[in-house]
Amino acid sequence: MRLDPGQSAIIILMVALGVQLTRWLPFLLFPEKKELPQVVLYLGKVLPAAMMGLLVVYCLKHVTWLSSPHGALEVLAILTVVLLHRWKENVLLSIGGGTALYMLLVQVVFA
Amino acid sequence: MEILEKSNSWAAHRPDSSAAAAVKAAFPATIPVLTGYICLGMAFGILIQTSGYGVGWALLMSVVCFAGSGQFLGVTLLTAAFDPVQALLLSVMINARHIFYGLSLLGKYRGLGRAWPFLIFGLTDETFSLVSSLEPPEGISRRDFYFWITFLNYLYWIIGSVLGNLAGNFITFDTTGIDFVLTALFVVLFMEQWKKKENRPAGVIGILCAAASLALFGADNLVIPAMVLILVTLLGGRRFLCA
Repeated sequence: MRLDPGQSAIIILMVALGVQLTRWLPFLLFPEKKELPQVVLYLGKVLPAAMMGLLVVYCLKHVTWLSSPHGALEVLAILTVVLLHRWKENVLLSIGGGTALYMLLVQVVFA
Repeated sequence: MEILEKSNSWAAHRPDSSAAAAVKAAFPATIPVLTGYICLGMAFGILIQTSGYGVGWALLMSVVCFAGSGQFLGVTLLTAAFDPVQALLLSVMINARHIFYGLSLLGKYRGLGRAWPFLIFGLTDETFSLVSSLEPPEGISRRDFYFWITFLNYLYWIIGSVLGNLAGNFITFDTTGIDFVLTALFVVLFMEQWKKKENRPAGVIGILCAAASLALFGADNLVIPAMVLILVTLLGGRRFLCA
């Protein structure tokens, strides 16, 4: 069932408010003038690498490791990204090559 | 002194050329996001269209929310019973990872003047990963570089969702698997972090905590426990990681 336009707009604004709360919270807690505590500076240094690790795992969350094809497509494509990136260090080539291989695997080889 | 003033005013009279230079520097970095956002945005546009919402609604939601997982959740909520409080709470929970992005960028986003509210507004997974990994090239200010990365990503997302809503049914090219582009982006940016030796323990901690959380809590509930695990491990290991 479809909500009426007014209700729909309210739901959309609520979702937007939720998103913005999570984005603004740290900046509201530590405004420009306030000096950053040591522990926050430390987290600022280590969190990006940790979050990048989390995002990679997050992208793979639906992979079925225990049943066929055991994540073979993802492993092969990520391996390609890693090797291409170590070889040429060209971000677009690494990402494009890995994605092209993944599409080929998912559409043709493992279809 | 006079020369200094002259050169300053000269620079101030050429805002267009410096904006063009900033776009030129930022655009290549955003190309993977362009691909990913057009596709994901289209998926969103198609989904909301099949739920009975036309292009105006798709546009509105992408303009005010600018959040992938948040908007997919939004479509589900639009087709359920009207419950705004639940909508707010679910949205906060699904997007909780953004809190760590802001925490990481507190230093980097200081002193950026008028640009900062927009930078914070548009802090998606992809914008965060680019901004936290990249420094502007010589001659481009941090403010302009990060502003254009954020703004271009925002545009891609809006264009994708409108396109999907209007033309989703006309696509004949098989795009299955193209969303892997964002996985590949995160892998590459992980490797960029990995280049600095002092980042490696944190990177491993991120992967292990997320994997443990995935195994324990399942695919739908992995983010918040993973964040707690990461935070506890990073704070507990501070003495070792700081050195």
